[in-house]
Amino acid sequence: MTTTKSTRRRGAAATAPAESAATPAASTAPAPSPADRRALHRELLYSMLLQRRFEERTAEMYAIGRIGGFCHLYIGQEAVSTGIISQLRPDDYIITTYRDHGQALARGMAPNALMAELFGRIDGCVRGKGGSMHLFDKALGFLGGHGIVGGHIPIAAGVGFAIKYRGGDQVIVCFMGEAAVNNGAFHEALNMAGLWKLPCLFVIENNRYGMGTAVERASAINDIYKRGASYDMPREMVDGQDVFAVRDAAGRAIARARTESMPTLLEIRTYRFMGHSMSDAVSGTYRTKEELESYLKRDPIALLKSRMEEDGDLTEADWTTMDDEIKAIVQGSIDFAENSPEPPIEALFEDVLVDTTSD
Amino acid sequence: MPVITYREALNQALREEMQRDDRVFLMGEEVAVYQGAYKVSKGLLQEFGEQRVVDTPITELGFAGVGVGAAMVGLRPVIEFMTWNFALLAIDQVVNAAAKMLYMTGGQFNMPMVFRGPNGAALQLAAQHSQAWESWLAHIPGLKVVVPGTPYDAKGLLKAAIRDDNPVCFLEGEMLYNTKGEVPDEEYVIPIGKADLKREGDHVTLITHGKMVLVALQAADQLAKDGIRCDVLDLRTVRPMDVDAIAESVRKTNRAVVVEEGWELCGVGAQVVDYVQRTCFDHLDAPVLRVHQADVPMPYAKNLEKAAKPDVPKTIAAVRQVLYLDR
Repeated sequence: MTTTKSTRRRGAAATAPAESAATPAASTAPAPSPADRRALHRELLYSMLLQRRFEERTAEMYAIGRIGGFCHLYIGQEAVSTGIISQLRPDDYIITTYRDHGQALARGMAPNALMAELFGRIDGCVRGKGGSMHLFDKALGFLGGHGIVGGHIPIAAGVGFAIKYRGGDQVIVCFMGEAAVNNGAFHEALNMAGLWKLPCLFVIENNRYGMGTAVERASAINDIYKRGASYDMPREMVDGQDVFAVRDAAGRAIARARTESMPTLLEIRTYRFMGHSMSDAVSGTYRTKEELESYLKRDPIALLKSRMEEDGDLTEADWTTMDDEIKAIVQGSIDFAENSPEPPIEALFEDVLVDTTSD
Repeated sequence: MPVITYREALNQALREEMQRDDRVFLMGEEVAVYQGAYKVSKGLLQEFGEQRVVDTPITELGFAGVGVGAAMVGLRPVIEFMTWNFALLAIDQVVNAAAKMLYMTGGQFNMPMVFRGPNGAALQLAAQHSQAWESWLAHIPGLKVVVPGTPYDAKGLLKAAIRDDNPVCFLEGEMLYNTKGEVPDEEYVIPIGKADLKREGDHVTLITHGKMVLVALQAADQLAKDGIRCDVLDLRTVRPMDVDAIAESVRKTNRAVVVEEGWELCGVGAQVVDYVQRTCFDHLDAPVLRVHQADVPMPYAKNLEKAAKPDVPKTIAAVRQVLYLDR
């Protein structure tokens, strides 16, 4: 553990160092039983592998024209979605960017509803109105799926405001890419969250590139978590390829939000194994094959799989069974989407306005 | 009936709706401790407390987004822009978030919220503080755009806006806040989307909204001295627009002049003229004319500002022209 700063927070009972550049030691909670540990780790692996297999087929469906528009894959970053979301309660909220398939699946969106949405069909999670970039599910507290970089960050602060207004102990997690931090919306939202002590967890998925612009070419400071200092906000940098590191940091931040209504800024260092979108080559003009290959060695799923094998929690047969099951689910989602009707033409004018009032 | 100012009417609407529904809160710059830059929120902090009357940093994009987020999970925000000029910093939240949320979520998340504040020119505030944004906002599906011109309409329509389950842009006027009018003590709510015939006549229809309602009424008074009788139709809401009321009046008078504060190109009046030519083509005895701001940024110098603004003499001139009294 490397703590670069450990001043107590003013006006609040601090439970964690304000700033840490590496993952602090594990929590003091009692170690789970081997059976519980195995079950948890299998859930994490399942969640991450579902995202991976789903998106591999998504790319294929895009290539053959079943999916249109902009489509941004999450492959390589699955430990972030799974690590954070596995620490949430069902009544918590999530808001994210247009790179949203992974988080939606990690939150429990049905693969059928997601694939049907990508296909632009009526059984999609938003009835074919949103597509890849605008996934929403009210029942899951999944608040999108937003297409304007940074635009959703103030909305997250608003959800935090509402939680506090109602006196609840829920938490809102706001995922964003590292490029969003150079946007005014980021600053405005985090300032208010810090000022008003809103129960928000801001998760920066630093995958190194805002489209094709490396973080060093876009941000005046490269340790982005340090920006939390401007908002008097606890902050950490986390290894985003290690689902356990992400889970631990998320657990601390969520507890702080829930019990102290204290926002946190996490910079989670990860890497996108695919291009920015489907039109971007995998390595492109802005990064080298060598760089990509070096990151591929830290595939978050492979790391978790090795750990489970070392712990004796996963055999090759277990893996194959899980993988086959997931592949069948993903194939099922494609079949479902193929068979789902296009939205009826009447849907064009539906849901522009509601015709209700609070009377 | 009590006579109160437009400012007091808005204050009453806010107070009554906050008493009625504890999900309603007011947020913006200087709304609480300062009691409102234009004192519209006077006394609300004392009555409702700082949780429901919330001063923000100068961060329009940020607090507009806070309103959107709060509305997504069930609150009913009233977001005050000190003026709509500053709302340009927040327009992503108004257009990309609030207006589109219901549609792009397949009907899952409606936006029961109000964005409100003064719109248009006051006196010698120059280019950046003197702009009328209703045609911009009216362009966007998913919004309602309300532009009341009198205290009675301001109160009844703000109450309707707060109760509406859609995002409503509510455009007031710095020059209107001190104007007075009759407002009843008993509760009333004015439906959004209904125009109001403010004055009846049969020679020509003046179609207008917001601050220009007073200009149109003054012009109609003066024209009456020459025996010219005007229908003055106050749209009150520019989205949705009460096209039936427009058609009914124009079919009666056969002539129309549209008076608005904004610029000409793609203005509200352009839309009105489109409706008129489609629905009243056979009823028109003259081309429909428009009175609007000169096609320039607002100048500071008093004489230039006056020349740029729509006013009573320009309105009278347009009316005389559609009556072929002047060529």
